[in-house]
Amino acid sequence: MTTLFTRPAWAALAAAAAMNASVALAAQTSITVGMQLEPPNLDPTGGAAAAIDEVVYANVFEGLTRYQADGSVAPALAKSWVISDDGLVYTFSLHGGVTFHDGSAMDAEDVKFSLDRARAEESTNAQKRLFTGIASVDVVDPLTVKITLSNPDGGFITNLAWGDAVIVAPESIEAAKTAPVGTGPFTFSRWVQGDRVELARNPDYWGRPVALETATFKFISDPTAAFAAMMAGDIDAFPNYPAPETLPQFEADPRFRVIVGSTEGETILSTNNKADHLSDVRIRQAIAHAIDRQAIIDGAMFGYGTPIGTHFAPHHPDYVDLTSGSAHDPARARALLKEAGAENLTLSLKLPPPAYARRGGEIIAAQLREVGIGTEIENLEWAQWLEQVFRGKDYDLTIVSHTEPMDIGIYANPDYYFQYDSAAFQGMIGDLKLATDPAERTRLMKAAQRKVAGDYVNGFLFQLARTGVSNAKISGLWENAPTQANDLTGVSWSD
Amino acid sequence: MRPRLPVTLVAGLALTALFAAAALLSLVWTPHAVDVLNIAARLQPPGGDHLLGTDHFGRDMLSMLMVGARTSIAVAIVAVGIGMALGVPLGLLAAANHGGVVDDLVMRGNDLVFAFPALVIAILITAVFGPSAFNAILAIGIFNTPVFARVTRGGALSVWTQDFILAARVSGKGAARISLEHILPNIASLLIVQGTIQFSLGILAEAGLSYVGLGAQPPLPSWGRMLADSQTMISFAPHLAVLPGLAIIATVLGLNLTGDGLRDHLDPRLRRPS
Repeated sequence: MTTLFTRPAWAALAAAAAMNASVALAAQTSITVGMQLEPPNLDPTGGAAAAIDEVVYANVFEGLTRYQADGSVAPALAKSWVISDDGLVYTFSLHGGVTFHDGSAMDAEDVKFSLDRARAEESTNAQKRLFTGIASVDVVDPLTVKITLSNPDGGFITNLAWGDAVIVAPESIEAAKTAPVGTGPFTFSRWVQGDRVELARNPDYWGRPVALETATFKFISDPTAAFAAMMAGDIDAFPNYPAPETLPQFEADPRFRVIVGSTEGETILSTNNKADHLSDVRIRQAIAHAIDRQAIIDGAMFGYGTPIGTHFAPHHPDYVDLTSGSAHDPARARALLKEAGAENLTLSLKLPPPAYARRGGEIIAAQLREVGIGTEIENLEWAQWLEQVFRGKDYDLTIVSHTEPMDIGIYANPDYYFQYDSAAFQGMIGDLKLATDPAERTRLMKAAQRKVAGDYVNGFLFQLARTGVSNAKISGLWENAPTQANDLTGVSWSD
Repeated sequence: MRPRLPVTLVAGLALTALFAAAALLSLVWTPHAVDVLNIAARLQPPGGDHLLGTDHFGRDMLSMLMVGARTSIAVAIVAVGIGMALGVPLGLLAAANHGGVVDDLVMRGNDLVFAFPALVIAILITAVFGPSAFNAILAIGIFNTPVFARVTRGGALSVWTQDFILAARVSGKGAARISLEHILPNIASLLIVQGTIQFSLGILAEAGLSYVGLGAQPPLPSWGRMLADSQTMISFAPHLAVLPGLAIIATVLGLNLTGDGLRDHLDPRLRRPS
């Protein structure tokens, strides 16, 4: 009797062991990446959400040029380019033998289609401003494309590296929102809405083949659940990990690696410059002096973050440290409020969900209370925030991180939600657009930084740190976030 | 012999009194200010300068819990008050018109409110009018109304059949007067017991709404939000979650024990012959 029962049991054990072994082997070429927000669609040329690029940028879609991990821009689908002496004509030569995932060839016609589509009147591209300088796109031969600008633009090559400027095919673009087809090293396999997006290696990739066979992006919005999933090993890497307070635990655990880098996210106390009282620069200056940046970085981000005094990334070579102009000085803040005759001020403070906003908001409310400004905190979900604050401009103060690279130009738009309207600043940005001389560009960028800091447009808080966690055996993940992306092309497991 | 107070009632009253006292005391004194943040002194464990430690903003946990008790109790008291103020008259009205159209209208209206999950409606109210302690009170209060209406009607119906009510009617008293002078005093104990139970449910509801961010808004401390804020820190600063959790449990337990004890004590039918 006993042998009859033991034999199948042994067989089952052996089978289980074999299965375990195959799972362990498979783990080395697949990765599960955690993300906090799920993308609304998967077409980077038709949506503003950062989560779209975080899934498809460099993985599924590629542009003529691309961002690299260190923030520099490198050739991608374009092998090389020549710029005419007047800075107006860019001639790109493309890589040959590049195919889209559906098998069709990528050539100069696709480049023309993609760029013309992005800059068209009815285009839904979220960053149309990147393409407004283009006068025409002409196909010279299947592997050469000529782009003519209406004015010289020193940032044009960088513009083409954005996720919004990727090359798409006319045959497949209509379905790209749910079934993206690009030229990248990964093909799209499946999107389980509300849960995950799965990618698989593209066997016909034109460039250097990737080490990973499959990649899964899993969406976990709750920081507590993110912590649990990481600890349990359900997630291999969480590049934008939402609970910085738990990072010391991962640092102490040899199974994990903590990756701290910089982002392009200027975290600011956005101020409605047209609201009652807040149109008075003295009150905005008082708010700036009431804020203790280090307390916010320590209290809300547990020490991760770099104080900023203007809307510019500190790791950029042209950054000017202007934090002393709005140093923590409650006495000065109270004096300014008295001078402005606004001693019993109560302002609304509307906070979106991220921890930097919710926790930072409580700290700022306490700091403002110290100088005599009352706040009414209202916690909003993203959809409400976009509706009320971003589109409706129905707010006094809010906290948000502006994660696009080099985005000081938003201050030149008087209709942007902080409603800052300065002809002098708009002039600077206009000059900057035309300037191609590096020294002149540096001078203008520094002047622009000083202008928004001197006008106390917003409360400038800190540069958001990129705090990521990954399995210690994974290498090749980006440390910094020069653009919104989870580039998996260089990622591999060490054993 | 005077019946001894039941143990459950004493224990319940003691727990309830403890938190009521803490809430009252917080009106005039707390060990530390709760609206001043001291980031440098954050996440201190219990003991030392701060008896129960500090939270992630360096606020004193004991002070936070005391003010949190005030928030919870204030919300629950007003919510139960709304429920009683609306529910009891409705119940009396229904009982006085037993079997009539008014009775039907009131009770079917009750059923209608009962049919909606209370928390879903609470979320709806805060979504429409914005999250605040006041809207939480309103939401909890509305859902207390049918509870009191039913209890009142049920209790009043059995009193209406008593002989002394007949005597009162014979003496010429109207339904309204009888309801107020004879029915209400006779169902008061029932209402007090139900009020205590609803009070504990109100505290739970407030904690639940605050936990999901729909109750009291910062900077006003609230037990539910303290729990929510401390979720990711539970592994290295467990006191942040354990203390407000214990406070909620202890208060709700205290109120439930009080309710049970009061029912045993006040309801002659349940009193065991000694």
